[in-house]
Amino acid sequence: MTRNRLPPWLVLLLPAVIIILAVVAIPLVLSLYSSFTPYHLTRPDTLWKWTGSFNYIKAATDPNFWKAFGRTVLLLTIALNAEMLLGLGLALMVSKVTHGQRALRTAMMFPMMFSPILVGFQFKFIFNDNVGLVNNALQSLGLTDVAIPWLVDGNLAMFAIIFAEVWTSTSVFAILILAGLFALPQDPLEAAKVDGCTPWQSFRFVTLPFLMPFIYIAMAIRSLDVARAYDIVQVMTNGGPARRTELLWTLIGRTGYVDARMGYANAMGYIAILLSIGFTVYFFLKLQTARRELGMGD
Amino acid sequence: MATASQHRIRKRALKVAHFAGLFLAMSIICLPGLWVVLNSFRPTVEIMAKPPVWIPESLSLDHYRAMFGGAGEGGVPVLTYFRNSLIISVTSTVIALLVGMAGGYAFARYRFKGKGVMFVALMASRAVPGVALSLPLFIIFGRTGIIDTHFGLILVYVAMNVPFTIWLIDGFFRQVPKELAEAAEIDGCTRWQAFWRVEFPVARSGIASAGIFAFLTSWNEYALASQLTRSATSKTMPVGLLDFTSQFTLNWGGMCALAVLMIIPALVLTFLVQKHLIAGLTFGGVKG
Repeated sequence: MTRNRLPPWLVLLLPAVIIILAVVAIPLVLSLYSSFTPYHLTRPDTLWKWTGSFNYIKAATDPNFWKAFGRTVLLLTIALNAEMLLGLGLALMVSKVTHGQRALRTAMMFPMMFSPILVGFQFKFIFNDNVGLVNNALQSLGLTDVAIPWLVDGNLAMFAIIFAEVWTSTSVFAILILAGLFALPQDPLEAAKVDGCTPWQSFRFVTLPFLMPFIYIAMAIRSLDVARAYDIVQVMTNGGPARRTELLWTLIGRTGYVDARMGYANAMGYIAILLSIGFTVYFFLKLQTARRELGMGD
Repeated sequence: MATASQHRIRKRALKVAHFAGLFLAMSIICLPGLWVVLNSFRPTVEIMAKPPVWIPESLSLDHYRAMFGGAGEGGVPVLTYFRNSLIISVTSTVIALLVGMAGGYAFARYRFKGKGVMFVALMASRAVPGVALSLPLFIIFGRTGIIDTHFGLILVYVAMNVPFTIWLIDGFFRQVPKELAEAAEIDGCTRWQAFWRVEFPVARSGIASAGIFAFLTSWNEYALASQLTRSATSKTMPVGLLDFTSQFTLNWGGMCALAVLMIIPALVLTFLVQKHLIAGLTFGGVKG
């Protein structure tokens, strides 16, 4: 056999590379091209008109775009941190349970089974100012007489969206951290105990560093996934009231599909994709560092 | 003596706090879902009642009957949507796992030039949200004639799930010490055998959880499915859910019933895979 064979890693990676090229890369090239044109959904011939960076300059000078941009970053920051802390707490609590842990773990994954579309409807229902669970409970308990306009007031609506987002995704962190806790080697923990570490110290200096790669994996997955906040926001508030909960993706979706200004939408989309890639690279580098500290190599 | 009793009190207080915390967390996690389930059995009058009815007075299967009967609630072909969802999700999960296992293994075990760049490039492909991807895909799928087919959606979901399956499985393969597989190879296994006999069983928990994630992603995806499916031949349930609302003013009871139907398979699958998950996790950890 003198045939030149491909290296094994390439053979193993080839199917993944091919499918991603076909479904993601090629369409992206198409939409990159269209972001330099005034492409309008209803006028296909506009696809062939080159306008250079016109769409990008328009986006950069659009205050609505920057507000949506800032709001998206805010949502990412608050939601990811809250999910990480709550997920860590939940995983630690569940890992300490001896009886019925399996049932707990399944219950914990409950929110993940919900489609974002469903989560949106569910929380729209729960935060509904008239028949919602939250207002009904507050009024029945006598905490308030007035119907709190959860989804009508801008700040409250943002809170409701973040709540829905955190509710769905805390379990992603909890599951991954729990998997890490189970893989945690017991020897260093025992050694720490023998050396007289307090529980807090052995958590801080033994358990947590070991869990960091798992946390970063979850972080990176979620930072990309937060784009699905599109579905939730779309259903709960549709970016309203008066654009107070408009995120990058809902703005892009509206510009692309409702206004049919696809070229402009794609230009904004590219700026948003760069933001996501920035987050991914950041967490990837963190993951590498954490792995290196654990001696798990390259 | 004093310290011993103090110790005991502290331990008990911790136990109570642990229980209370867990109870609170679990009720926040479960209540919204239970609320949906409960409301799927309640007549619309009771859902809308003001002041609220806390203890249901009458439970009925009306919403389910209407949903499956096709009468009354617009004849949404729920069972067809259900079948579409099942075919698309299961097929794409299986393919994504196979592709992902190959890729994850390559990243965990081989050193090659441009590995870091390739890894980040794969992950970055996930950064593209469905909304942005749907229009070019819509045009391309329309040209190649795979729009509104199971195949088209399966293709998209495999591509969506692969990066993230690779990522998870890579992490779990890294937890398996290289020495384990090397030892098997020294004992006369081929690399292929070493993989299936040694590394795969150890990493099985990771693969199982990757499978859960992939299935749930496909099962629940909306943004792409809503553009790439047109009719009952390929529409999935999340898209079907909106069928309900476009034909009626928000029908909470009917929506809740469909929601329950969407959740059941996911619940069953999670239960089935959990066994694997636990078996893998209790392997005793990886002691290098």
